[in-house]
Parts: sequence; C-alpha cells; structure tokens
Amino acid sequence: MTLQLTLSQLMNGLQLGVLLFLLAAGLTLVFGIMSFVNLAHGSLYMLGAYFGAAAFAKTDSFTLALLAAVLGAGVVGLLLDRFALTKLYTRDHLDQVLATFGLILFFNELIRIVWGPGSIFMQVPDALSNTVEIAGFTYPAYRFAIIGAGLLVALGLYLLIQKTRVGMLIRAGATHPHMVASLGVNIKWLNTLVFALGAALAGLAGVMAGPIVSVQPGMGEPVLILTLVVIIIGGLGSIRGAFYAALIVGVVDTLGRAFMPTLMRSIFERNTADAAGPAIASMLIYLLMALVLAFKPQGLFPTSAGATR
Amino acid sequence: MNLFPTSVHWRAPRTIVAIIVLAAFVLLPFAVGSEGDFYVKFATRVLIYALAAIGLNFILGFGGMVSLGHAMYIMLGAYCVGIPMHHEITSGWAHLAFAIALTAVLATVVGAVALRTTGIAFIMITLAFAQMLFFVAVSLKEYGGDDGLTIAARSNFGLFDIASNVSLYYLAFSAVLLALYLSWRAVLSPFGLILRGSKANSRRALALGHPILRYQLVAYVLSALVCAVAGVLLANLTQFASPSYGAWTLSGELIVIVILGGLGTVFGPLVGAVCLLVLEEILPTLVEATFPDYKSNWMLLLGLFIFFVALLLKRGVFGSLRGGAK
Amino acid sequence: MSALVTTSLVKRFGGVQATDNVSLTVESGQLHAIIGPNGAGKSTLIGQLAGEIKPDAGRVELFGNDVTAQSVVARANMGLARTYQITQLAKEFTALDNVLLAANAKVSSNFRFWANAHADTHAVNQSLAALAKVGLLDAKDRTVGELGHGEQRQLEIATALATEPKVLLLDEPLAGMSQGESAAMIALLKSFKGRYPMLLVEHDMDAVFQLADCVSVLVYGRIIATGTPEEIRSNADVRAAYLGDEVNA
Repeated sequence: MTLQLTLSQLMNGLQLGVLLFLLAAGLTLVFGIMSFVNLAHGSLYMLGAYFGAAAFAKTDSFTLALLAAVLGAGVVGLLLDRFALTKLYTRDHLDQVLATFGLILFFNELIRIVWGPGSIFMQVPDALSNTVEIAGFTYPAYRFAIIGAGLLVALGLYLLIQKTRVGMLIRAGATHPHMVASLGVNIKWLNTLVFALGAALAGLAGVMAGPIVSVQPGMGEPVLILTLVVIIIGGLGSIRGAFYAALIVGVVDTLGRAFMPTLMRSIFERNTADAAGPAIASMLIYLLMALVLAFKPQGLFPTSAGATR
Repeated sequence: MNLFPTSVHWRAPRTIVAIIVLAAFVLLPFAVGSEGDFYVKFATRVLIYALAAIGLNFILGFGGMVSLGHAMYIMLGAYCVGIPMHHEITSGWAHLAFAIALTAVLATVVGAVALRTTGIAFIMITLAFAQMLFFVAVSLKEYGGDDGLTIAARSNFGLFDIASNVSLYYLAFSAVLLALYLSWRAVLSPFGLILRGSKANSRRALALGHPILRYQLVAYVLSALVCAVAGVLLANLTQFASPSYGAWTLSGELIVIVILGGLGTVFGPLVGAVCLLVLEEILPTLVEATFPDYKSNWMLLLGLFIFFVALLLKRGVFGSLRGGAK
Repeated sequence: MSALVTTSLVKRFGGVQATDNVSLTVESGQLHAIIGPNGAGKSTLIGQLAGEIKPDAGRVELFGNDVTAQSVVARANMGLARTYQITQLAKEFTALDNVLLAANAKVSSNFRFWANAHADTHAVNQSLAALAKVGLLDAKDRTVGELGHGEQRQLEIATALATEPKVLLLDEPLAGMSQGESAAMIALLKSFKGRYPMLLVEHDMDAVFQLADCVSVLVYGRIIATGTPEEIRSNADVRAAYLGDEVNA
C-alpha cells in the first residue's frame, strides 16, 4: 500500500463524493421544500450524461457538452415539475415513490430507443487528458477538474443559499416549509426553480461522470441509491449535511473497495478474505448509515422538515 | 372454530370477484390441459408474486410502512434453496427452515433500525438495506455471484412431491390461500386493529398507550417471512437463485402490485399480481403488433402505466369494488 | 395523594418561554381548570404532561411517581388519558373501532393475531358503554369522516374513557361546539366529577366557572394566579391581565 496509491484512492473518493453532492443537493432540497421523493432524480443524471456525450461527439467541445447537459437536464426537470409532478406534491410518499418509479422505467427505455441499449463512449476532453503532478504525486487532470468544479459549485450553492433572497427563501422553505407558504411567497415558482436547479445539477454530475463511468441505460439507479444514503446520513432537507455526508460516503466507499480485501487478507486466511472482502466493502456505507441512524435518527444535520415527515 | 371472523357479504361484488378469481386458479391446470406447461408456470409465477405482495400489503396497506426493500427477502428465500442445494441438502423442509430463521433475524435487525425513522427516511433505508444484501449476493463468487446460481433439482418435500409443474402450482396456490386467510384473521384481530390504528393516527395510538413500535416491528418481520416463503417457491419454479431476485425494481413492482390491487384490502394483492403480470405478458406482443421495430421497448409503456396508476388509480382494481353491506 | 403534580416546569422554544416555572397540582377527584389567552402556552403544558414534549427543567409526577423521563406510552399505561384540541382520531375507522382501539390499550402488549377484535365481548361492551356515556351509541358504525364536528369531540372523550383512565387531560373539549352540544358536554364533564381527577384547558369561561374546583390562570407561560373560581373572578391581576376583556366582551 504505497502512499501514492492511498492518496490517489483518497482523491477518487473525494471525486465520487463531489459528484454525489451535486446529486444530493437537488434531491434533498426538493425533499425539504416540497416533501417530494423523486426516485427519478437518477434519470436526470443519466439524461445529463447522454446529452453531454451526444453534444461532445457532435461538436467536439466539452464546454458545449457541459452546457447541453446542464440545460438539457434542467429543462427536462422544468417540464417534469410543470406537467407531470405538480399533482403529486400534495400526495403521500407512496404515490410519489410509485409514480417516479414508473418514470425511471420510462426514461431508461426512452434512452434505449434514442441511443440504443449498449453503452456509449465519451472521451476525456483533450485539454484534461494528461496527469498532473504535485510534489511527486500524480493524478489524472480530469479527475482533478471534477473535484475542483464540484467544490466550485458547492461554493456557488453556498453563496446562493446564504447570501441571496432566493436562497433565504429556499433555506426557510427547506427547514420550515409552512412558514414560507404563509409568508405569501409564490411557493409554486420557488418549487419549480428548485426542481429545475436540482435537475441541472444532476445533469452536470452526469456529464462530468460521463468520461469515467460507462454511459448506459440504467446508469442512474446505483447512483440514486448512493445519493439516498447520502441525504439520509446528512439529514433530510439539509444541504450542509448533504455536502459532508457526500464526501464521507464517497471516501468510505472508495477506500473500502480499494483496501478492504487487502485488509481482510492480513487478518483472515486468503479464501475467507477473498470471499468476504468485496462483500464487506460494498456494505460499508450501508453499515455507516445504520450506525448514524442508531445514534442520530434524523441524520447528522437534522432539519424540521426531516423531523416532521 | 369460528372460520369467518365477521359475517361475509356473499353478494357483494368483492366477494363474487374473489370467488371467481380463486375458482379460476383452481381450474386453470385442467383448462389448459397437458400442453399448457407455459401457462401453468406463468400462473405459478403470478401466485408467487401475489404471495410476496400479500406479505408486503400487511405492512404497507395495514401498517402504513412503505418498504422499498422487500425483494431482499424474496432473494434470501431463493438462496436458502440454492445454497443448501449446492451442498446437496435437498430437503425442502430444511430450505424452509433456513429461510424462516435467517429472514426472522435479518428482518428484526433491519426493522429495528429502519423503524427508528418514519415516512420518507423509512422508504430510503429499506431500499438501502435491500441494496446492501443485493451486493452481498453479487459478491458470493462461490455461488455464482452476479450470474446467479442454477439449482439442479426442486426441493424435496417428502410426501408432497413438487417435481411436476402442476404440483408446484398447487403448492403455491395453497400458500397464497393460507396467506390470504391468515392475513384476513390478523387484520381483524386486536393486533391488526392496533396496527391499522397506528397507520390511521400514530399520535393517538401512542397517547392511548400502545407501544406501536413493537407492533410495527412484529408486523414487519411477519411480512418479511411471507416474502421469504415466496422466495423459496420462486427458486423452485425457476430452479435458479440470483441477485436479480433482490433487485430494487422487484421491490418497486411489489408496491405496484399492492397499489394496483387495492391498498389495504386483503384480497387486492392477488388481483394486482394477476393484472400486472398479465400486462407484462401482453404489452410486448401488443407493441410488436403495432410498432414491430420497438418490440423490446415495451417497458416504456409499462413505466407510463405505473405513473398513471400512481396518479389516478387511488383505490386499486379490487379496492374500487363494493365490499360490505354499505 | 395528588393525581398530577408539576414542579417548576420550564420549556423554551428558541427565545420564547412557552412554559415558565409552572407548578400546579391536580388533587384526586377534583377538576382543575387552566385558563389563559391564546398563546399562553396551554397546549405546550398539556404536551409536557402527556409526555409528547420534553421539558427543559422541572418535574412531572403522576400519583406520586416521577414520570418526567417517561414516554407517552408509559404515562398512558399508568392511567393518564387525554383529548386533543384538534381532534386526533383514526379517520377511516368507525366510531366503535376508535373506542375499541382505546379499550385494547389496557393490555400493554397485545399480540393476539387470531381472535376477532369484535369478538372480545369485554372490550366491546366497555367500548359500547363509553359510546353510550357520551351519547354516540347510535353512531357506532359510522366512520369518523361521517361524524359531525361535535360528535367527533364526543368521540374523543369516549376514547379517553375506554382506556379506564385514572386522570384526564382535556384540551379544549368545547372548542367549536354548538350551544346544545356544549351544554351536553358540560353535563357530561360534571358527571365525571369525583370519579376522575381532571385537568381542563378551556376558553369557555361559563363552563370553567361551572365545572372547576380550582382554576389556574396562565399568561405567557406563567401561572399568575391559582384559586377557587370565586377567588379568580375577584382577583384584580387576573381581571387586568385577562378576564377583563372576556367578561366585558
């Protein structure tokens, strides 16, 4: 286990965490404000990846790919909010789960129809295809860029939410939804904005992940489930919680997968370790979640939105 | 013994439909004759899904607990056939015993953690646990991992031989009948009253002095056990156990079945299973006939169907029928 | 022994002192009323007595036992029954099933899966008796949704009775009732006197002065006066703080 390897796995963990945060931010806000469970959030991530990959293949410009993914997913989110989901906001969670489960099947199939059932390839943009070396530690530039971009977006979200009037409403809406409604704010408009913003962020995560994962139908579901774990650990409705939980989950999951088998081998005999190592590695974050819930049922950063529902 | 807990309204549409559906299941193997192996196997699958949905409905429809992870118990039940069989333990009773014991332990732990939360967090946690078990199954390289585990022969239940598809069919049908009857009794029992009360108004139930968490946990474990039995049957039907039996999409389908049949009706899950599985059989043919190029994309329509079921069909197919005297 | 005693109960919500050093005693067999303007912290107080809200400081005693750390369920099983200001009933249930749910609460773990709940003649008779007492016997098979507002308030009382309570917390039982319904409810509560110790939170002054053995006045979370109805009526502080407007209105 060299230092180089440990460091680069740590960075991989951060990179996964940053992507998870982009997804979790939208999901947790939508939940906080609208009390809405959107299982189709992973589909928006998938759409982002496909829009981006398609635009990149057409134009050869990664900037345009980013733009296509963010705008495309944002617009789909807007349309979903306006035309499909509005009626569901006031319904119970069961109906929401069911309806968005249906949407997942719909979007997966739609993608298959348009782009075929196989995975499509998205290249790392040329400018970022090399590695970066800092004090003897080398790491792919593209992954560096993801971490940087993700942190920038996180900072941007922080400024938006802490420093602007819209942000104040979002914050208040996520923690005290009834109060915002009673302030006479046009809550419908706020809902649409948050939903579209969340969708755009999911699209961004999708396109950034495009070159390092395989872009294929159904790619949203595993990520969605990780994201759900993140927002539970963070505390439903809490964007700060989502940030910390995303980084924790990203790092724990990545390090677990990288080192758990080796670690197990040093404790148990080889056969047992080889069988149990990967299993335990993939269970780690769920164990983490169970542990957090055992001590803090409302997550690390509880909000009143999470407490009452 | 009092076989019917309350007076049955024999002329109510629900009773009539229930009797027709049950009679159809009794007669099906005779109706399709000796050539109908496909139909018998298909109907067995319907029954097994219905059994799992009856289990889920117990907590979803009567207890208000939205579990999006119940497929994990089906998977567990299936592996309780597959893994012993792999080691040449062929007794079906042993398989059943493994399934019940392991599920009881797992469901108690998962339930105890998940029930610390309510509402949306409960949904997500049950999903996460199911996902965890899914990955455990994937990592079982010795037992086929991702590809699953082929099962050489069906479980050996001694006198009751299920080697033929028809006998397995009737075993599954008996299991469904038993589950329907037991859940009917349980729903009307004091336990069921409290469970339904905790769904209708948990604050009130607590204030009356009901330790509802305890009841919810017991209900959760019972419901998981029914799903595990369904898993044992499913493994015998397909002679296969695989992580895909624990996929979260299957948990989603179980919810669809419960809602489609009629949330909180005892008989609804069976009707829901018939509707959904028949639809899944018909849709591809229908799509092929109209848009031959898109035959494989019938799931698009299924997705839309589920979306509109959630949006429009509030009481479900069976739930919309008139039940009692009123 | 006193049925219910609180000692220096304190509860803050953010900067608001919802309960400020409240000490009060409900004596056995007595009806102790709490009056106070809106926002005085009456429901918060009831919540702490029932165990739904944890106080920041102070203690709650039930029949001499310290129950401050006890759960809602534990207190209920010790004989504390309550009604809610905003009706809390199982909506899809019939009136009878609501009461039956309460009657089944005496068994602290009720794992009977086989018998029909309606075949338990003891619990059913007890439920029917509770319904009869509040005058809802004819409505027993109607669901809560089909009951009028006044009837739902009566059903609240019936569910509390069916638990065979040792002390009753009544949170504005007359709220939203018609004059006729109010009169019936007052008569009902009167019939409970001597039988159950009761803590009554109520806005209807006429009712309070008719029913109460003892009245406490709660203003901004503090008890500013406690005494017999006559003493409270003539207390200058109370008149200034609260009663004045009500009486003149």
